[in-house]
Amino acid sequence: MTDATANTPRPKTSLIEVDARTKRRNAAEARFKAYGITAIAIGLLFLVVLLGSIIANGVGAFQQTFVNVPVYLDPAKLDKKGNRNIEEMKKVSTFGYNPLIQQGLLDKVTELGIETPLQKRKEMKAMLSASAAAQVRDFVLANPDKLGETVEFKLLAASRVDGYLKDRVQREDVARDKNIDAEHLDLTDELVKAGVVAKTFNISFITGADASESRAEQAGIGVAMLGSFFMMIVVLVLSLPIGVAASIYLEEFAPKNRWTDLIEVNISNLAAVPSIVFGILGLAVFIQFMHLPQSAPIVGGLVLTLMTLPTIIISTRASLKSVPPSIRDAALGVGASKMQSVFHHVLPLAMPGILTGTIIGLAQALGETAPLLLIGMVGYIATNVPDGIAAGFLDPNSAMPAQIYEWAKRADPAYYERAWGGIIILLVFLLTMNIIAIILRRRFERRW
Amino acid sequence: MTSVKLTASTLAIVAVSATAAAARDNVQIAGSSTVLPYASIVAEAFGENFDFPTPVVESGGSSAGLKRFCQGVGEEHTDVANASRKIREKEIKACAENGVTEIIEVRIGYDGIVFASQLDGPAYNAFTQSDIFNALAPKVMVDGQLVDNPHKLWSDFNPDLPAEEILAFIPGTKHGTREVFEEKVVAAGCEATGAFEAMMAAGMSEDDAEDACLEVMADGRAVDIDGDYTETLASIDANANGIGVFGLAFYENNTDKLKVATMAGVEPTTETISTGEYPVSRPLFFYVKKAHIGVIPGLKEYAEFFISDEIAGGDGPLAEYGLVSDPALADTQDMVANEEAM
Repeated sequence: MTDATANTPRPKTSLIEVDARTKRRNAAEARFKAYGITAIAIGLLFLVVLLGSIIANGVGAFQQTFVNVPVYLDPAKLDKKGNRNIEEMKKVSTFGYNPLIQQGLLDKVTELGIETPLQKRKEMKAMLSASAAAQVRDFVLANPDKLGETVEFKLLAASRVDGYLKDRVQREDVARDKNIDAEHLDLTDELVKAGVVAKTFNISFITGADASESRAEQAGIGVAMLGSFFMMIVVLVLSLPIGVAASIYLEEFAPKNRWTDLIEVNISNLAAVPSIVFGILGLAVFIQFMHLPQSAPIVGGLVLTLMTLPTIIISTRASLKSVPPSIRDAALGVGASKMQSVFHHVLPLAMPGILTGTIIGLAQALGETAPLLLIGMVGYIATNVPDGIAAGFLDPNSAMPAQIYEWAKRADPAYYERAWGGIIILLVFLLTMNIIAIILRRRFERRW
Repeated sequence: MTSVKLTASTLAIVAVSATAAAARDNVQIAGSSTVLPYASIVAEAFGENFDFPTPVVESGGSSAGLKRFCQGVGEEHTDVANASRKIREKEIKACAENGVTEIIEVRIGYDGIVFASQLDGPAYNAFTQSDIFNALAPKVMVDGQLVDNPHKLWSDFNPDLPAEEILAFIPGTKHGTREVFEEKVVAAGCEATGAFEAMMAAGMSEDDAEDACLEVMADGRAVDIDGDYTETLASIDANANGIGVFGLAFYENNTDKLKVATMAGVEPTTETISTGEYPVSRPLFFYVKKAHIGVIPGLKEYAEFFISDEIAGGDGPLAEYGLVSDPALADTQDMVANEEAM
């Protein structure tokens, strides 16, 4: 009770004597307010912890360590016949390029006068990403005339070296790691001083394709982002017209009878069905029965359409309902047909609400992972940038949340960081969509 | 009106694209999550070095992969199934029923299965198969008698082991790894401790006794992990006294969190596994649908590339990641070159 009296402000000048009952009621109110404030504080705390840990874990993915290596493009190795025939040169695989790159780095180390026990060409391997060879090979095949010259490349560093510069790989861990030795870390320190190794902003994390387990440093979410984009197009193009047409019919034209009641109940139920159920349905209907391609964004889009439809129908019906009947009556009164009254008057007024509902439905679909697991969009999938619009819909691809899930379960700890980075990108998309929805509602919604 | 037109035209687009989907130009692979890292490394290098698009690799487990593989011949079915165990008779039959009669079996190398625990946790440094059996089986031998498992702590049956409560995270039944764990560890321990003989002596048939050997206690000390090794790692992180079953490659990528135990006195390394000294290892396979060779561009090239010396050999990227290379790789190369079906 002492507590409660302290919390209840009592005007000293008032003549009213607060009796015991009033005190109790006041105390109850004060307690209730305190509960509410605590609840909000806990909620905010969780939000701060969540966002804090996402950002703390994920920002690393946006930076990547690069090594500047001058590579002598040895014609004796890369063009054995010496006729600069591209088809012949393609026969030298990436494995043929590795020695040249390692030699290039070793020469650079010697040239800088860095003292290191690593004096063999092969020992440079742990410093560089396995993607380096592919990068150099692509360059040579595109510029065969550069053979015989020494070209400076900006190559990705190996994920352990990158992890060392990001404090993910500690010196004491390295002793047990067969991928890298402490000498490599010493060399890294020296090369950072010499400016050969540097950490820069990593645009290819946002634009690039997925990479295999052995080169986390190369992986990007770009292709998965395209997969999500094409899926969202399918969802938008299918669910908006179908959803709006269904709601207009149900709300404005359909007679109120048992059938429409049944349909109404089922739409509400459908909105509550767990998304994984739609995934199984998609697998059975779209892939096994209709023979649509596995892992294709079009199938993902169709599945997510089924999931989004009820959301759109419910929000559209709510916004149609909120248009006052006087508008319809007035339109009908001046001689408009029922359809004219709906399309010329009711629908335009309901549009902001419909769009808000659609955007929120899309945002929900964008973050959905479970149904995608079942239609084969998880794995080493998002590897090729689709060449063209049809390929975008039909070629195997992943989606952002599925890619994040895939990264989170890979063995190399460097992928863990990328999963968090992917979450940051996904959250940026979701926030943008929700902000657009809020702006639409604020600017165009009319209240009666 | 516009929305009706829009709907109609989208439906038309969907229909058209469904027919256009018929021509597939990339290799599709599904199966074991143990083989997935290797397959993804090969697929990536394949995409870089050839003019074919990068193959698509899905995971989901050996059984799931083989089931999809066996669903039929045609572009809508997968071309390659990855498996961390040999294909079963039952599966070959199921394949044949759906018209998948010619299957090329490709052994890519060996994978070691290791027991690891928290780096700073109790000293689980040495196990034998009998220890694992004594810890997890519902009926064990105590003083020459087959009794209900009385052990609560590791030290209860082996004083060299720490006095810690028994807790093991083992692969779930849908994983190929579980089979190897049962066969090479639990069953071996069952025989070594004499429990197998005691069961037979108690009147069990050989088959029943074999099945009884593979049972693990359901009181929470053995936890099935149905997800990937990352899930096992998370469980180990949360339970200092737990031990977990991992693939060698996974352990080697996470040496900053895990320490490995020897099995029967042998430390798991690529060398001890390739010589067969380390007892718990298994071959890894992929299966190629012969009917798809020549139809799906790049399929044969992918298979040949996978087992070429520069990829699957001792110095290749697969060995670097943790695969134990196959001493008989040359035979496999010939087999794939000649497209010899099983």
